[in-house]
Amino acid sequence: MTAPLLEVRDLTKRYVSGGLLQGQKKTVYAVNGVSFDLLPGETLGVVGESGSGKSTVGRTILRLVPATGGAVRFGGADVFAATGAALKALRRRMQIIFQDPFSSLNPRMTAGAAVAEGIEIHRLLPRREIRARVAALFLEVGLDPVYIPRYPHECSGGQRQRIGIARALAVDPSFIVCDEPVSALDVSVQAQVLNLLADLQRRRGLAFLFIAHDLAVVRQLAHRIAVMYFGRIVELGTTEAVIGRPLHPYTRALLSAVPEPDPVRQRARIVLAGEPPKPTAPPPGCPFASRCFHPRRDARCTTELPPLRPIDGSVVACHHADEWPDGSTDSSLTMLR
Amino acid sequence: MTELLDVRDLRIGFPLAGGRTVFPVDGVNLQVGRGETVALVGESGCGKSLTSLALLRLVPPPGSIMQGSRILLDGTDVMALGAEALRQVRGRRIGMVFQDPMTSLNPVLTVGAQVREAVTAHRRLKSSEAKARAIALLGEAEIPDPAGRYDSYPHELSGGLRQRALIAIALAGEPDLLIADEPTTALDVTVQAQVLELLDRLRATRGMAVLLITHDLGIAAGRADRVAVMYAGQIVEEAPTARLFTAPGHPYTRALFRSIPRLDSAVERLAQIPGGVPSAEAWPGGCRFHPRCSEVLARCAAEVPPVVDEGGGQSARCWLPAEGRR
Repeated sequence: MTAPLLEVRDLTKRYVSGGLLQGQKKTVYAVNGVSFDLLPGETLGVVGESGSGKSTVGRTILRLVPATGGAVRFGGADVFAATGAALKALRRRMQIIFQDPFSSLNPRMTAGAAVAEGIEIHRLLPRREIRARVAALFLEVGLDPVYIPRYPHECSGGQRQRIGIARALAVDPSFIVCDEPVSALDVSVQAQVLNLLADLQRRRGLAFLFIAHDLAVVRQLAHRIAVMYFGRIVELGTTEAVIGRPLHPYTRALLSAVPEPDPVRQRARIVLAGEPPKPTAPPPGCPFASRCFHPRRDARCTTELPPLRPIDGSVVACHHADEWPDGSTDSSLTMLR
Repeated sequence: MTELLDVRDLRIGFPLAGGRTVFPVDGVNLQVGRGETVALVGESGCGKSLTSLALLRLVPPPGSIMQGSRILLDGTDVMALGAEALRQVRGRRIGMVFQDPMTSLNPVLTVGAQVREAVTAHRRLKSSEAKARAIALLGEAEIPDPAGRYDSYPHELSGGLRQRALIAIALAGEPDLLIADEPTTALDVTVQAQVLELLDRLRATRGMAVLLITHDLGIAAGRADRVAVMYAGQIVEEAPTARLFTAPGHPYTRALFRSIPRLDSAVERLAQIPGGVPSAEAWPGGCRFHPRCSEVLARCAAEVPPVVDEGGGQSARCWLPAEGRR
């Protein structure tokens, strides 16, 4: 068996908010014990709604924000313990693509300079070879090298996202966190960028942590999917299993809420009541209990936090995940008409 | 049948620095019947939001609605209205809900005060009556504990509840038409489903028409009776929803469908539309979609295609059906 490229164990992130003029200090529980492995060349999709902690997971792994607890190993090296040259070497191999390339690119830096920056910082090439390398990267991401001297504001959203991808590729990473990489793009451009990411993965053997709120988009690239709710992974399994045979009630609700672009094949809609608990006040039991519609939900759900446990090849954090009245068959794709 | 809203040849111009004028909305025809939900679908920059603002004559300066544009609301010529009559249209006949409830609500006023303001803008009521009416509207927008939320400030509410508060404000004038411009784009999918259900119920109980502006074909498919697809300032296809999705008539509509990732059918590669959405300064000549079209004909680059009625309420602005070659 292949050794995992990335091992995340019990990752935790808490913020303290408030204080000075903003009322009482409160602890925000952003990520509450997230663990998973990622294989070389694999895509793990992370889905969840805003506040689920999915972006924070990506950022803490890269040490863009410090974790409160837990451990991350990348290629066997302890990411949180690394310093100096070892940390710099790790950072070269772990890159990120952001949602909005307009705010992640320096407006005063040309597209070419943005892509060349990483090569210069890591001294990967002699100065005279950088130009040709940048041009090759532009071609690799489907950008005409005429854009090299252009500034971000002179480029379209899709072109800016390609610049962001070329910038990440410039240092030849083996792992890229893709944080909502297509959600700011128009539908017609979104497909271009998703196809590009798939091509790059195949060609370069890249591993992706693909973070998105849109399950249909995640499905397009992910080999496995982790569903996050309230800072925890509540279900993790192969893409086929999570989409075709969802076991956590939240996964079922999320699937049923994805707008289906076909008026004939509308899914039975599970419309959740209420909203997630406040991140400053984690409930004692299952964080989904306040919105749950599982027919077998009971008092235990509000008192006892369900741990992730293996069911049918997935792992699920629900006391009643194996007690759906419809067995393991899928309910979310039932036809209405 | 007389339509509630009848828009003909709507053209919106913006002067450029060099004395040139661009037309981000360029000849839009759109009808909405009473109690009907019509979705106006398109990508960013296609002119769909500007179109909806024009219905209230709220096109931001220096833009203006060009001569020859016609907007009829229940037979009334909106283009000819004076300031006071226009005030009766805005908020009263036509309600509006915008994408981002945080920027549409006043952060220093309570939610209740803002709903009450909308109530008294169109009707003279005693203070206690206005408050009772505002609470009733918050309840109608399905805000839990409406009397308790009346005194909440917008920042104390979640995104979903803020959007419901905006809907309550839009309902205050008892409008015949509700324009909802990307009403759920800023919301999570599960909350989005709640808000769309609410709009659907309100339409049914109040007999209100809804013009739903969205970039999401999935939302249009689930909620609209008819869909109009916009591209580069024009409506390129219009059809009853079922028909649009089963037999799309315009190559742009077909290409959009193929490029959307689906939950229930895995494809190795998504079909992509080459290039990007053009800006109003550079609408291509002939058919505006022709540089990106996979079904392009020789004449598409040179000649503006006619709007072809394909029967069954479907029409497409394309040379293919015009030439009977589809």
